[in-house]
Amino acid sequence: MPPFLFWTFALLMLIFGGAVIVNRNPVASALSLVVSFLGLAALFMSLDAYFVGIIQVLVYAGAVMVLFLFIIMLLNLRVEEQRQINWLAAAGGIAVALILLIQIFFVVGHFQAARQTFPALARSTTDDVWNIGALLFSNYNLPFQIIGVLVLVATIGVVLLSRRERR
Amino acid sequence: MDSFLIITSLLKIVAILFLILSMVSYAVYAERRVSAFIQDRLGPNRVGPAGLFQPIADMFKLLLKEDFTPRNVNTFYYWLAPCLAVMPAIITIAVVPFGSTLFGVPMVIADVNVGILFVFAIASLGVYGIVLAGWASNSKYPFLGGIRSSSQMISYELSLGLAVIPIFLLVGNLRLTSVVRYQIEHGWFIAPFIGDWTNPWKWLLTIPMIISFIVFAIAIFAETNRLPFDLPEAEQELAGGYNTEYSSMKFALFFLGEYAAMITGSAIMVTLFFGGWHFPGIPDGSRGWVFGLINIAVFFAKVAALIFVFMWVRWTLPRFRYDQLMRLGWLFFFEIALVNIFIVAAILSLAH
Repeated sequence: MPPFLFWTFALLMLIFGGAVIVNRNPVASALSLVVSFLGLAALFMSLDAYFVGIIQVLVYAGAVMVLFLFIIMLLNLRVEEQRQINWLAAAGGIAVALILLIQIFFVVGHFQAARQTFPALARSTTDDVWNIGALLFSNYNLPFQIIGVLVLVATIGVVLLSRRERR
Repeated sequence: MDSFLIITSLLKIVAILFLILSMVSYAVYAERRVSAFIQDRLGPNRVGPAGLFQPIADMFKLLLKEDFTPRNVNTFYYWLAPCLAVMPAIITIAVVPFGSTLFGVPMVIADVNVGILFVFAIASLGVYGIVLAGWASNSKYPFLGGIRSSSQMISYELSLGLAVIPIFLLVGNLRLTSVVRYQIEHGWFIAPFIGDWTNPWKWLLTIPMIISFIVFAIAIFAETNRLPFDLPEAEQELAGGYNTEYSSMKFALFFLGEYAAMITGSAIMVTLFFGGWHFPGIPDGSRGWVFGLINIAVFFAKVAALIFVFMWVRWTLPRFRYDQLMRLGWLFFFEIALVNIFIVAAILSLAH
């Protein structure tokens, strides 16, 4: 992938990621997050991870954010837009983000392997979908099944909580 | 990245875009003629021979209408929504193989290895256009239409995704070109007459494939908001639904989006179940460019036949009630599609 595509998508992601926080209108925030997800998916695809990239679009941009938008639209947006910025909370958030950024720089700076340029990886002969599937069902079979049960329990919990009591 | 690839890809993109857009305008004309035929009327037959220039007249009518923006709409999203409604349907066609080869160039714009997931991912973005249109209009009925549409599309996406899993259990990877190649060797999924047709396992597999096809086709009807599932734009209940506040070309864009979604839906059904560009007895494009062109024609003939079925159903069946639609999706098609996967997996493990 040409570097200018990487920079385009990376910048797209960062700008719209910032827009999620800066926007006062929740619908605008949600849509900015969708664009940011699409940029992330493009970056995954640039690493030849087509499966991860497309799942990013399918699950996050296509399903999760639609449900978010669905709920947000039922809010009274005028009230949300007029809410004042809590400067103390904003300063705290910026401080946490800065500390995290400094930590990342520190760790990456002291990590010797990160300094050398990696040789280009040999192109895989099998599909990345096939690779992920084989890995999930052989090495990580038990954790995979446990996650499946966990998600099922969560689903049943939601159904139980949202059910109306009949008297 | 060689320049040959870029040039041929650009040519394919331009050709397919032109073809899809002209198919959309003639699909509107065909819809009016078919509906008229079903209802024992004549339909538009004044402009040109048999009314064939009607789409041009329609286009001028829509362009020359007043483009009215109501005062209390959320202007930016009000403008954005029609664009978002059209784009996904057209982008989806990028991974569909619409022909074999022409002068050695494969007739698919992007043969990615996650083909069918790409289709679902982009199709799931289509809901934003409708939801935003309903919300930005700042009006009661469009909003109800938008809400109906989003819950309907999310619900039927599940059946849509589960219905195709049996196919990919057989094919072994997610490329749409592999699906077509498999069907050339073993026969179309819903009619496996060619290849090793004496194999009884293959005929046993045809039963779950037909179930798969029925679930998939009905889910596509729900995804494209076509009757009998057009609840988001039920005129009698919602005064038109999510597009009520739109006029002129913006209204036309929603129409364009709906018909483009119908065309790509048909194209995907043709690829998955009807053998794509393959027709028994016709060789592929490696035998000469004439056959390459015939393959493309076969593909679009199949698509046109399915579009006719879409219209036939629309003018034959009455609309569902909303709770019936949701119950059908969640309590019937979802389960059938799920059981179907297990049936196919069982047959495959017994056959080997």
